Amino acid sequence: MKKSVYSMCGMCTVRCPIRVEVENNKVVWIEGNQHLLGGALCAKGSAGVALVADNERPQQPLIREGGRGAGRWQKVSWHTAYDYITDKLKKIKKEHGPESVVLSSRGGPWQDMYKTFIHAFGSPNYTNHDNTCGRNTHHASLSLNGVGRTGFGYDIKNSKHLVLFGRNMFASLKIAENLQTMDMLDNGGRLTYVDVRQSMTGLKASRFFQVRPGTDYALALGMIHEIIKRGLYDEEFIDRYVSGFDELCYFVEQYTPQWAAKECGVKEKAILDFVDEVAEDMPQVIFHPGWNLSRYKDSFYASRALHILNVLMGNIETKGGLIIPKGPSDCGIKGIRNLDCPKPDIKRADGVGWKYKHFDKGPGLAHLFFDAMEKHDPYAVKAWIAMRHDPFTSMPDPQRQKRFFDNCDLLVSIDTHYSEFGWYSDVILPESTYLERDNPICLQKGPKPRLAVRRKALEPEFDTKAGWEIFKQLADRLDIGDYFPYKTIEELYEWQLEPTEFTIDDFEEKGFISLSDKPIMFDRQELAGQFNTPSGKIEIISKKLEDANLPSLLTYESPRKPPKGMFRLVYGRAAVHSHSHTINNPLLHELMPKNSLWINKKIAAKLGVEENDVVDVIAENGVTERVRARVTEFIHPEAVYTVHGFGRQIPLQTKAYHAGLSDQKLMVNKLDDWDRAGGAINLCETFVQVRLSPNNPKRSVEL
Amino acid sequence: MNNYMIYLNSKRCIGCHGCEVHCKINKGLPVGPILCEIGHDPLKSVKGVPKTEFTFRSCFHCDDPFCVPICPTAAMIKRPDGIVYIDQERCIGCMACAGACPWSIPQINPDTNKAVKCDYCLDRVDRGKRPACVTKCTTHALKFVTIKEVGL
Ligand code: SF4
Ligand code: SF4
Ligand code: SF4
Repeated sequence: MKKSVYSMCGMCTVRCPIRVEVENNKVVWIEGNQHLLGGALCAKGSAGVALVADNERPQQPLIREGGRGAGRWQKVSWHTAYDYITDKLKKIKKEHGPESVVLSSRGGPWQDMYKTFIHAFGSPNYTNHDNTCGRNTHHASLSLNGVGRTGFGYDIKNSKHLVLFGRNMFASLKIAENLQTMDMLDNGGRLTYVDVRQSMTGLKASRFFQVRPGTDYALALGMIHEIIKRGLYDEEFIDRYVSGFDELCYFVEQYTPQWAAKECGVKEKAILDFVDEVAEDMPQVIFHPGWNLSRYKDSFYASRALHILNVLMGNIETKGGLIIPKGPSDCGIKGIRNLDCPKPDIKRADGVGWKYKHFDKGPGLAHLFFDAMEKHDPYAVKAWIAMRHDPFTSMPDPQRQKRFFDNCDLLVSIDTHYSEFGWYSDVILPESTYLERDNPICLQKGPKPRLAVRRKALEPEFDTKAGWEIFKQLADRLDIGDYFPYKTIEELYEWQLEPTEFTIDDFEEKGFISLSDKPIMFDRQELAGQFNTPSGKIEIISKKLEDANLPSLLTYESPRKPPKGMFRLVYGRAAVHSHSHTINNPLLHELMPKNSLWINKKIAAKLGVEENDVVDVIAENGVTERVRARVTEFIHPEAVYTVHGFGRQIPLQTKAYHAGLSDQKLMVNKLDDWDRAGGAINLCETFVQVRLSPNNPKRSVEL
Repeated sequence: MNNYMIYLNSKRCIGCHGCEVHCKINKGLPVGPILCEIGHDPLKSVKGVPKTEFTFRSCFHCDDPFCVPICPTAAMIKRPDGIVYIDQERCIGCMACAGACPWSIPQINPDTNKAVKCDYCLDRVDRGKRPACVTKCTTHALKFVTIKEVGL
């Protein structure tokens, strides 16, 4: 029997809407939801089928035998694994208090479930991967607009000019956004791209600024200077909703385009021409404030400057600009229920909320738990449950992290694949792949908000379970099962939908439920109340930052030049992989089995390195990774670039094992290099040495 | 006379190689054969922006194909609408077709030990649908064109 299932992709965290056709528990067709994406899917989305079949993933619960990381696993039943975990958790709770347990997840729309679990257990310590991703952008927006990173959607399709600072959207795909951008370009729109190298996105650009690494902030300041000088800002919007504009004018006086051009290594005329274009295109100009901007020491301020540029454009709640996402109440209807348990009134172990008051308390900052592990300050952290989060791949210096985690009595990984952290942990609970599991219903806010849900298309291939089941069963054993008021997924759906007028069957027609037929736009005269800052205005001078003794407008400081013979290590993504967790997928591995090291042609010539030569990439303390060189003129000479996620060390992943270079292992001692204002780790502040590897065999002993 | 062709709008293509995987998944192909390929020239600076053109290559479905007459079991067939396809029942995997094809388009499927090549997803086309690669192209850069449409 053939069935058709609307669901949500799970090959990356974008979670595109999909439709899957299944016959005899095999996928016979998979496509992007026709109603939303017109069928479009990316390579990873199709290769989800190969993920299900991949037997190099955990197939039943595993408990460690031998030392951490030794890779000797005892295959156990779910029952045994649950007992093992909950016995340990109870013991830790008794000896060190419930707050000594941390739960981290990758993030995403189902965080309520994970938060509920850890809060009900008695710990405030929920965290996620955003400290190595969008935290700077998020905090920049919070400090300025009073709403976080998702506080605006981008109406790219109707814009006239999209400006991307390193947001390599045609490699870090988000299909709906990609389609919008293509349509905008087809309609004659402009794309300005800023990066240290040429990328897939830059190829489509009408203007490309190849900047010196670490100077994004300078370029943004130069743009602000010129835009203000020419009066290209929405005065009425600023008068009405913005405070601190005069301070901004005064502050940017020194940052002329001439200065910015010199600092960034671009032409002054290009900046002036760009501003000419802005004059033609505004207010339909979108400055994307960045996604993974956990990069340079001033990335937070670069993102803040980009947010400020949007404010100057006056593009908020304007067609072709930044649109405030709407929810059920804006449609005059009731929303769904989500799992919930209030956060225990205990200080967070990462210091967020009391030591660092300007950060969002929601997920805190994952890298700030290590002090607690090592010095028991403010108290001991003794257990870490990682829900599809891989600290060893996302954060720098896994060798050092291991020493911290060794202070824990329990490490648990819940994941569909072996993560580097999972391999080092005590218990692995294998989650079913996204095609084999249901997930709770979630709200997708936007001008046309909708409800979406991931439905199971296949019965699990192996003895794996869905997250909703795993947390329920752990909770029951810890006597906190009441917070998970369901036994089956159908009961959970019913409970979630109870306040609404919908049933789960309503998803069947299109795979989602639209809460509004037409886009909802607020009156631009009535935006007061939308900006949740202390003053209710868009605060160019942020009270929160100033209270924390941090400048709202940071005086620019030129980035360090790499010492002689060294390069700044910059990372990114390719369209066929989602960081580390797809590297072992047979069909994606077939397309991109390894990463490479991009290096500037002239520099390579000096080093005697030719295309495809093996090079040694050497970190400060001598840690060496080996990889093939990709020699190109289209990268700044100060930088070397690689695709993140490779160089994995899990022997059971035969394809990914030691394939390519791992950038985070080269970031030695970089756990402490984090942004005091933005919270994220500065992942592009590492210098490495590059040399032609002695491992380039020129000789053959065979006939 | 061919009724169909696949056209790539290079301006929309982002070289994501999605089409290659869409094709493989639709045909249930293992690691090895890749029936369509995205290629591009080295980057060249155009008005200060390094650019390139993308190309899409599957099978040319030649008017006068070399692969058809050479097949010893008459498994390689050209349909009246122009589609050149392999009758999997008859194919013995000798790969004479690949040798005859100037571009070595037919490839071996290691799962079945038979030849496999782009057949314009004829099972889909016959059901009024577009090929897998076209339907699912990430940016809708690929178009499946019936020649009548372009008025040739
Ligand atoms: S971008 Fe690709 S991998 Fe990510 S959710 Fe969409 S289809 Fe899936
Ligand atoms: S899927 Fe579409 S955009 Fe991607 S490489 Fe193929 S033709 Fe180009
Ligand atoms: S038309 Fe069908 S068989 Fe040919 S390349 Fe596209 S998906 Fe593959």
